[in-house]
Amino acid sequence: MDLASIDPVLLIAALMVAATPILLAAIGELVVEKAGVLNLGVEGMMITGAICGFAVAVETGNPALGFLGGAAGGAALSLIFGILTQFLLSNQVATGLALTLFGLGISALIGQSYIGVKPPSTTDLDLPILSDLPVIGPILFQHDAMVYVSIGLVIFVWYLLKSTRVGLVLRAVGENHDAAHALGYKVVRIRLAAIAFGGGCAGLGGAYLSLVRVPQWTEGMTAGAGWIALAIVVFASWKAGRVLLGAYLFGGITVLQLNLQAAGMEIPVEYLSMSPYLITILVLVIMSADKSRAALNAPASLGRAFHASS
Amino acid sequence: MKLTSLVAGAALALGLASMATAQDDPLKVGFVYVGPVGDYGWSYEHNEGRLAVEEAFGDRVETTFVESVPEGADAERVMTQMALSGHDLIFTTSFGYMDSTIAVAEKFPDVKFEHATGYKRSDNVSTYSARFYEGRAVIGHIAGKMTESNVVGYIASFPIPEVIRGINSAYLHAKKVNPDVEFRIVWVYTWFDPAKEADAAQALIDQGADILMQHTDSTAPMTIAEETGILAFGQASDMINFGPTSQLTSIIDNWAPYYVARTQAVMDGTWESTDTWDGIEPGMVAFAAMSDKIPADVRAEAEQMIEDIKSGAYHPFTGPINKQDGSVWLAEGEVADDGTLAGMNFYIEGLTGEIPN
Repeated sequence: MDLASIDPVLLIAALMVAATPILLAAIGELVVEKAGVLNLGVEGMMITGAICGFAVAVETGNPALGFLGGAAGGAALSLIFGILTQFLLSNQVATGLALTLFGLGISALIGQSYIGVKPPSTTDLDLPILSDLPVIGPILFQHDAMVYVSIGLVIFVWYLLKSTRVGLVLRAVGENHDAAHALGYKVVRIRLAAIAFGGGCAGLGGAYLSLVRVPQWTEGMTAGAGWIALAIVVFASWKAGRVLLGAYLFGGITVLQLNLQAAGMEIPVEYLSMSPYLITILVLVIMSADKSRAALNAPASLGRAFHASS
Repeated sequence: MKLTSLVAGAALALGLASMATAQDDPLKVGFVYVGPVGDYGWSYEHNEGRLAVEEAFGDRVETTFVESVPEGADAERVMTQMALSGHDLIFTTSFGYMDSTIAVAEKFPDVKFEHATGYKRSDNVSTYSARFYEGRAVIGHIAGKMTESNVVGYIASFPIPEVIRGINSAYLHAKKVNPDVEFRIVWVYTWFDPAKEADAAQALIDQGADILMQHTDSTAPMTIAEETGILAFGQASDMINFGPTSQLTSIIDNWAPYYVARTQAVMDGTWESTDTWDGIEPGMVAFAAMSDKIPADVRAEAEQMIEDIKSGAYHPFTGPINKQDGSVWLAEGEVADDGTLAGMNFYIEGLTGEIPN
């Protein structure tokens, strides 16, 4: 084994890239759940975002437009979920699961003609002095724009939920939709907006996969990232800052296990490959060990259908 | 029940009636692929072989394919469906289809099956594979000469003999020309998962690899190599479109002549269960154009090696070669026999790490 060959600076830089798709999806889902809606279709929205973003980027030759397309695709798919659960009052869990299956299918259909196509490349940030700084340069100033967008989104969501009136209303809807309705807030509209935001973020995460991290389109390329994003929201006990922590932890272990393998670590490969998932499960168990605290953090109306007549 | 016997009876009658014109019926040839045709790697080349069959026989054949078929129960279902729908010859093109192929073949003794890279045969199942290790010897030689960091990254799929053989062959020939060379191996446990392959490529590059080799089917590692500006070897197909400056060369699997020959054999009624393992000489293993980045002398050596393997003057596994634990595998001048190669489950001396079980 040759642990010295693992460069911590490159490792941190790589984990930020590996974590970005999950981070984007998780921060979107956080807002959705804060509004009291449980959308289990993150995986489906991500993969739809991945192909929509890819297709737009290839057709226009502009990766920035591609990301917009990915967000639009994810949001459009999430609105199907929104209409079904908010107007037609369908069960959120079942609808969310169906959304995942639907997303995987429709993305495969759209993607038929994009297999093996090369997308336009996104450029990394290159600031004259900052990017060349030792240690800090590669970690902070040499990424592609989406890494910064994802961190910016986390800060935005944190501020929105904590310190703004919009955030307060959103949380009120998520905690007690009847009370919020009685106060005159449009529960359904607010939830729809949150769902669309969540879908857009998931789509952005998917587009990041197909445009930057891989960069290619393949059926089912999200490979469960959406489910990890869902787990990370619970892991973070619905707090924006902890979503960042959770996503980077997961991304970090994913990258670390590959590096350990490459360095010839004497641990069976199977254990290394399952380690990111094992640790996620482990942390979730620890987090939910104290039932009263876990329940305190979860939005009280999470997953419950709302109708103005009730 | 009644309906089926009626249909069968009718078919029989028709069959008898059209006996004279039976030769006009196109031969139905089916292909089962593990990845999408558009992977521009393994499955892509098999599909090129299918197109060559269509080209060669025109109206006399009808080919069909099913892509991205997972190894396991799904594969069995697809093969059964193909056999039921009147296919005369079915190519199953992944190692993991081995048991499914044997199982389905047993139920349809009149259908001929051809399984790629496996070792189980029966009366109506042939196996065929290419001696990829001959190609890997050549790229190993080039890598050993060209690496500056002395670290070569290797993205491996599953720990099966074919993959282990490739690693050994590449390492052996890199080591021969560069005693300091070191191979870093990442097992991704998939044939086709661009995201995983890309992550593995990135991890290897972060650890100082300046040349990548892959034994997985997607072009993602080549894309990552191109983006980071390091060198890489393509796998199964020419991947030059994904690494215009990175690709040194690529091992190309050319299945077309074999597929055409086997289809012809079924048409002539001369098809028999066989075991084919062809290399560079018959053209089953070929190379993409060598990059200008390869210095002229290295290129000449590589081309000489290709010639020597072709003529049989050189076998990539010629002793002395020790196993990883230092014990002797091949004595001076001894050449590996096909049986040992086919079941290779050990690293040769100098490789670090263990083969996962």
